[in-house]
Amino acid sequence: MDWESIKKVTGILLEYLPNTLKLFAVTLLLSIPVGMVVTLLKKCRFKPVAWLTNLYILIMRGTPLMLQIIVVYYAVPMMKASMERDGSQGFFSNFIKNIDTRSDSYMFTALCIAFVLNYAAYFAEIFRGGVDSIPKGQYEAASMLGMTRMQTFFRIILPQVTKRVIPATSNEVITLIKDTSLANIIAYAEITMKAKQQMNTYSSIVPLFIVGIFYFVMNAVVTVAFAVIEKKFNYYR
Amino acid sequence: MAILEVRNIVKNFDKLKVLKDISFDVEQGQVVAIIGPSGSGKSTLLRCINQLERADGGEITVDGTRMFYTDKEKGRVVYASKKELREIRLKIGLVFQNFNLFPHQSVMKNITGAPIHVLKMPKDEARKKADELLEKMGLVGKENSYPCELSGGQQQRVSIARALALNPKILFFDEPTSALDPELTGEILKVIKELAKEKMTMVIVTHEMAFARDVANHVIFMDDGYIVEEGSPEELFGNTQNERTKQFLARFKN
Repeated sequence: MDWESIKKVTGILLEYLPNTLKLFAVTLLLSIPVGMVVTLLKKCRFKPVAWLTNLYILIMRGTPLMLQIIVVYYAVPMMKASMERDGSQGFFSNFIKNIDTRSDSYMFTALCIAFVLNYAAYFAEIFRGGVDSIPKGQYEAASMLGMTRMQTFFRIILPQVTKRVIPATSNEVITLIKDTSLANIIAYAEITMKAKQQMNTYSSIVPLFIVGIFYFVMNAVVTVAFAVIEKKFNYYR
Repeated sequence: MAILEVRNIVKNFDKLKVLKDISFDVEQGQVVAIIGPSGSGKSTLLRCINQLERADGGEITVDGTRMFYTDKEKGRVVYASKKELREIRLKIGLVFQNFNLFPHQSVMKNITGAPIHVLKMPKDEARKKADELLEKMGLVGKENSYPCELSGGQQQRVSIARALALNPKILFFDEPTSALDPELTGEILKVIKELAKEKMTMVIVTHEMAFARDVANHVIFMDDGYIVEEGSPEELFGNTQNERTKQFLARFKN
C-alpha cells in the first residue's frame, strides 16, 4: 500500500472512531453504577435476590459477549415477528411492534444493553472483592463512633474500596476498548469493521495494522490516565 | 449507683463457652484493669459490653440504661430498642488493639468525623475540640498527617482522641499496647494516667502487668470464662491468697 492510501484509510478510520468511542463511553459510564447496584443486590440479606444476582453474574461471565450481543440484537425482531404472526395486542406487544429494528438507534441501544449487562457483572465482582477486602475493624470502629450503616458505607468503606479497585478496573477498561470491536458482528460501523472493509478494498493487510495502532494508542491513553489516578490515591496506604 | 453494672454474662461461640458467669461493677471515676491469660475471655467480655458481640445471657446496665437482660421464662436475651442501644453506644468509647483508624482520612478528619456527622456538632466547634484533644495527646502539628505517616504510639493516641471526641462516660481499651513496640507503651501509659487524673472512667484489658499495677485502682483477674479474683492492685499483686492468681502472676515476676 502506498502512502496516499494509508492516509486515506486512516482518515476513514478516524471518521468512524466516534462510533467506537461512543459505545465505549456509554458502556463505561453505565456499567460502573449498574455494577455497584449488582454488588449491593448480591449482598442482599433476602436470599432469593442474592441467588438471582449470582445467576446473572454466572451467565454474563460464563458465556461469550459476542453471543450476548447477538441474542440481545435479534431478540426484538424475533419477538416482533412472532407477535405479528399471532396478532397479539396489549401494551407490551404494541411497544415491541413499534420498535424500528432497522434503525441505527435500535442497533446502538441493543449493543449498549449487551455491553452494560456484561460489564456490570465483571465490575460487580471487582467491587465485591474490594468491599470484602476492607478489614472488619473499620466497620467496628465506625459503629463504635455511632455511625449509621449508610454513613459507614459512604464515608468509611466506599472511599477505601475505590482505591483498592483501581488496578482491576483499569484492566477492565482496557479490555472494554478492545471488546468494542465485537460490535462488528451485527455490522455496527465501528473501526474494526471499517478496517476489514478497507482490507478488502485494497486487498492489503495494512488497514488491520492501522486499526491495531488505533486501539494501541487508546489503551496507552487509558493506561496513563489510570497511572495518574492511582498516584492521586497514593496519599495514604 | 455504679456507672456500669455487669451481671451473670454468658457468651458462647457455638459449643465453646467463652464467658461463663461474669459479674462486676464499675464506679464513676474508677480505672479498672482486666488481666488474665490468653483465651480467658477478656476481649470477648469487652466486646459484649460494647455491643460488638451479642451476649447469650445475663444483664448489662450502662449509666442507668439497661442494655439487655435475660428473659428467664423464654430463656433468651432481650436487648433494648435500637434507639436506646445507640444512646448507650454514644456513652461508651472503645480503643482497639489495632487502632482501626480510618486510613483515608487525616488525623483531624478521623477525630472530627463522628462529632460532625453523628452528634451534628458545628464544624469549627468540632475542630476546636479536636485541637484540644491533640494537644492533650501530645500530637500538635499532626492534624494534617495520615495514619500511615504516624508511629504506632501516635496512631494509638489519635484513636484515643477520636474516642474522647464524643465525650464518652466510659472509655474501654482492648489491649491498647499489644500492637506496639515496648518503648512505645510508655507514651500510652502516660496518656491513660493523665485521663485517670481527670477522673475519666476507664476499663482496660491488658497483658501488661506493670501497666495494670501503675494505673488501675481496681483489678479483675479472669481465667477460663470466670472472674477468679478482684480487688485493689495492692491486694492482687501484693498478697493474693488465690492459687490460680499466684500461679499466673508468678510468670511475670521474673
